[in-house]
Amino acid sequence: MALIPPPGSPIERAPRTDPGIDRDLRAADEEAFEKSLLITTFEKALHWAQASSVWPATFGLACCAIEMMHTATPRYDIARFGAEVFRATPRQADLLIVSGRVAQKMAPVLRRIYDQMLEPKWVISMGACASTGGVFNNYALVQGVDKVVPVDVYVPGCPPRPEGLIEGILVLQRLIGANGLPSSSDLRREIAPVSAG
Amino acid sequence: MSEVGTTIESAVAGSVVEEIAHVGELTIEIAKDRILEVARFIKGAPLAYVLLSDVTCADFPEHPGRFRVAYHLYSLETGSRLRLRVWAGPDEEGGPGPEVDSVVSVWATANWHEREVYDMFGVRFRNHPDLARILMPLDWEGHPLRRDYPLGGEEVQFTDAV
Repeated sequence: MALIPPPGSPIERAPRTDPGIDRDLRAADEEAFEKSLLITTFEKALHWAQASSVWPATFGLACCAIEMMHTATPRYDIARFGAEVFRATPRQADLLIVSGRVAQKMAPVLRRIYDQMLEPKWVISMGACASTGGVFNNYALVQGVDKVVPVDVYVPGCPPRPEGLIEGILVLQRLIGANGLPSSSDLRREIAPVSAG
Repeated sequence: MSEVGTTIESAVAGSVVEEIAHVGELTIEIAKDRILEVARFIKGAPLAYVLLSDVTCADFPEHPGRFRVAYHLYSLETGSRLRLRVWAGPDEEGGPGPEVDSVVSVWATANWHEREVYDMFGVRFRNHPDLARILMPLDWEGHPLRRDYPLGGEEVQFTDAV
């Protein structure tokens, strides 16, 4: 049995008038078109860019800061998430990681650094002390840094492991990127609008 | 009385109130108004307690003297340590308040230590060059390490159990 038709045999083709073929070709074209082009809104692109390069301020307060430093080491490497560029000046930072206990005397300093950051800006409260005062339930510490600055993500732990902080950054990135989350300062303005006077 | 105690008493008469030797540590309680004289004497020869390690304080609300200021000293020449104690007096309405002579003129390092004692306990040091708060914010009210100072912080579930 010869499976290959002998030379000179007429080639069997489906007639060009078959509408099914045109439909398939059109679908293939559209698929190729979608693969080669990205259509999005400017806002989505902006949030994607913001979420992909969250630059934290270099602001270590206590033992949590040691864990924060570890997140930048090769072992944990937050460079994978675009957040490895710790800036020494708040004016170049998007993210304030409150890493440790905040003393009453430190609170005005923290607030000043937050105010110096350009918008949009976000705050991660890292660990038990920053979030609630932790075991230091006394006169010396601010009982939760959200009394001083608006907080976007709370990371539990005492101190949180580097994985914990990375998870906090990822949560923040999802909030910024997926939802186009307004920064904490925007939210605050919505809650308490600044009077015209 | 120990040799150190006798030497101090013979140099500054009526200064030594009590002497406690415990686990090899010598503590001498000094009359409040003699502390500066004693400090000047024991820094020089023959005792030469040139190093003031620390100035601390403790609050005893039931005691008539209430605030007990302690000076921790070390002699580089003899290698011995000495603790001096002074009762600063209670903080009562109309009274002089807890006040002790500053020893900054003898040991310059006492400057910040005395500021800390003032900040935490409200003991004033006479003739201190700059008796301002050192740990708490400058506008802080009260002295946090006093026994009658509220603990602060926030109410939590187990507050009553403490």
